[in-house]
Amino acid sequence: MKKTYKIDVDCANCANKMEEATKKTTGVKDAVVNFMALKMKVEFEDGADIDSVMQDVIKNCKVVEDDCQIFL
Amino acid sequence: MKNMTKKQKNLLLRIIAAAVLMVVLAVLPLKDFLPPEAVGPVRFALFLVPYFTVGYDILRKALKGIRNRQVFDENFLMAAATVGAMALGEYTEGVAVMLFYQIGELFQSYAVGRSRRNISDLMDIRPDYANLVVGGWTPGAGGSGPEEAENAGAGSSGITGETGASGGTGTSADGGGAEQIEQVDPDDVEIGSIILIQPGERVPIDGIVVDGTSSLDTAALTGESLPRDVRKGQEILSGSINLSGVLHVRTTKEFEESTASRILDLVENAGTRKAKSEQFITRFARWYTPAVCYGALALAVFGPLVSMFVFHKAGGWPLWSDWVYRALTFLVISCPCAIVVSIPLTFFGGIGGAGSKGILIKGSNFMETLANVRTVVFDKTGTLTKGNFVVTKVCPAHTGSEAEGKNALPGAQADAVAKTLESSGISGAGVQQMGTGAGEDMEDAADRLLKYAALAEMYSRHPISRSLKEAYRKPLMSVRIGRSKEISGRGVITELDGYPVAVGNLELMQDQGVVIPAEDDHSAVETGTVVHASMGQDYLGHIVISDEIKPRAAEAVRALKKAGVTRTVMLTGDAEGIAAHVAAELGIDEYHARLLPEDKVSRVEALLGDRDKEGTAPAGKGKGTLAFVGDGINDAPVLSRADLGIAMGALGSDAAIEAADVVLMDDDPTKIAQAVSIARKCIRIVNENIWFAIGVKFACLLLGALGIANMWLAIFADVGVMVLCVLNAIRALV
Repeated sequence: MKKTYKIDVDCANCANKMEEATKKTTGVKDAVVNFMALKMKVEFEDGADIDSVMQDVIKNCKVVEDDCQIFL
Repeated sequence: MKNMTKKQKNLLLRIIAAAVLMVVLAVLPLKDFLPPEAVGPVRFALFLVPYFTVGYDILRKALKGIRNRQVFDENFLMAAATVGAMALGEYTEGVAVMLFYQIGELFQSYAVGRSRRNISDLMDIRPDYANLVVGGWTPGAGGSGPEEAENAGAGSSGITGETGASGGTGTSADGGGAEQIEQVDPDDVEIGSIILIQPGERVPIDGIVVDGTSSLDTAALTGESLPRDVRKGQEILSGSINLSGVLHVRTTKEFEESTASRILDLVENAGTRKAKSEQFITRFARWYTPAVCYGALALAVFGPLVSMFVFHKAGGWPLWSDWVYRALTFLVISCPCAIVVSIPLTFFGGIGGAGSKGILIKGSNFMETLANVRTVVFDKTGTLTKGNFVVTKVCPAHTGSEAEGKNALPGAQADAVAKTLESSGISGAGVQQMGTGAGEDMEDAADRLLKYAALAEMYSRHPISRSLKEAYRKPLMSVRIGRSKEISGRGVITELDGYPVAVGNLELMQDQGVVIPAEDDHSAVETGTVVHASMGQDYLGHIVISDEIKPRAAEAVRALKKAGVTRTVMLTGDAEGIAAHVAAELGIDEYHARLLPEDKVSRVEALLGDRDKEGTAPAGKGKGTLAFVGDGINDAPVLSRADLGIAMGALGSDAAIEAADVVLMDDDPTKIAQAVSIARKCIRIVNENIWFAIGVKFACLLLGALGIANMWLAIFADVGVMVLCVLNAIRALV
């Protein structure tokens, strides 16, 4: 299951950090953040509850980069 | 400056305010009107005002980072460096570092925003609305032909706009009656709806023209500047602009699946496939920042100790503060922003720029592969040649063969001398005879040959069969068509009135045990595809079908060689003679003829092996990559097997867009070389930025450690380098 989200973040390095943080979230199989397009593609583990996983993703991203947003 | 975001404007104001304050404070002669012991604290307090004005968010982020155990980010670096500078009493420098850092941030954010906008302008093919015809549509309102009646099939009532539709409705005069149209979101248009496209409007959704003629500007899609004429029955692609007439179009796809949406999606998502250099930079940034932080700490602690105990310098505050200052310059220099932002920015610009020229590159990683192409393999048909097979000769068998011939079908014997016929190709009159004394018999023989061939290929979808059917324009009815079997790479065998008719290449004839009379064997001298036909054991004759070489194909091959491609290979299912002819004409290094579709995969695999073995790349440049160019028809496996699959003129073919790594939206072969040079330029900029940024930073780190570099040089190493890298990156977008 793959989903694409719009994001907002100011710097390229922060986008890389968001990508790392998202990848480490449980329930996420893989994630790619595209800084130039301000998009984030998340591949979920099978059977993962997408809504709750995304809440965790947001939490984890906020930890590494306070000034970021993910539009669900 | 007017298209800045609120955030950017806010930052700009803070920067200006802080800069003014800083300059004023720097020149303000506090000594003159304050008691000497108060000057220090007051100066400090006053400098805190611009410091916090410009840097409060950085300090806040740094604190949050520490609390979240994400210590080593650029906010921490800047906070530590400036707080340190303030503590050392270098107020001006402390404020300046923060100020310039923010200027850099603003510049970066502005540049990134600009190129985001530039790309969307370049790729400005997203339609905002569609004019949906509601309440049914009557074809032929403008006085078109009667055959249009069939097109009204899906139209519900056929009454023109009498029933009022709710919402924003408008009327448009379309020759005859007025009709009800409604402006809707293209997302809401269902497949099979009729939409109206006015001159000057963008085609919102792919569809087929059901009424009207016009010319379309397809430049945004294909980069082709000449308008394309369209009329009823033709397919039009979303993203093109209607130039002259009003068009009624029946949509064949949903908005999301339409060409414009797919192209935008491709370009926007290209950045998610990251190039090796991007990954390198990400990894680099991950260890580099902490490493420099520890380096700074080590410098501050061990520097003074080493000078004291090894060089026996006098200890004390001046020594320590000198080393702390060096450590702080370290922190300022170390910020990895310049490289981290400039690499994706370059790729983004390169991919966007290529997209605006009709070259879709599906990922930054393919940019690298493309820049490194040394071997280009062409699938002949559709890439180098037009793929519009036209029957150019019809040669019935000589009467001589009648001696042994046991023609089974009455009247089927070719009783005339072989005649060369040429298709007129212009008037649509089919194949016309050329030659002397064209008698009825001879015409019959040629006609019959073509007719059997066309009938036998009735159910085949091979391009050859299409041209046979096109050449034989008469109704194909008089003969009962029985079982038909297609033999891949050979031809077809079809039962006509119970007699097996084989139509195909020489191999097929041999398989069938048909002996071709020597006087009929022209295969060696023909420069087209020779299609033989036989009935049972009897040879009926052959038909020559030629494929035109694209006008710019030779130029394309030359341009590729100039761009550093060392080996060009052409693969084709055609006979040796044609392959040799085309290859010689275009200056292609080698060709492989008579290949079945599966042979092409193994041939490409063999070429990939060659590449690994001998290294077709010039010494020192590493292994080159291999690109396969196909027209997207039947070559998806080869496209995905090659290092880089390039599909040409493949806008309509979903399978090709899926399988290919680079999609050329029109079928101009010179675009391949253009794509290579765009990729080269992009990769060159990326490399320049990487080495320039890393080089300057390391040089400054070294100077900083030696105590030669001061804070101002450190600011240049950080912000200056970033600005230069970003400016360089923007060059990719041309």
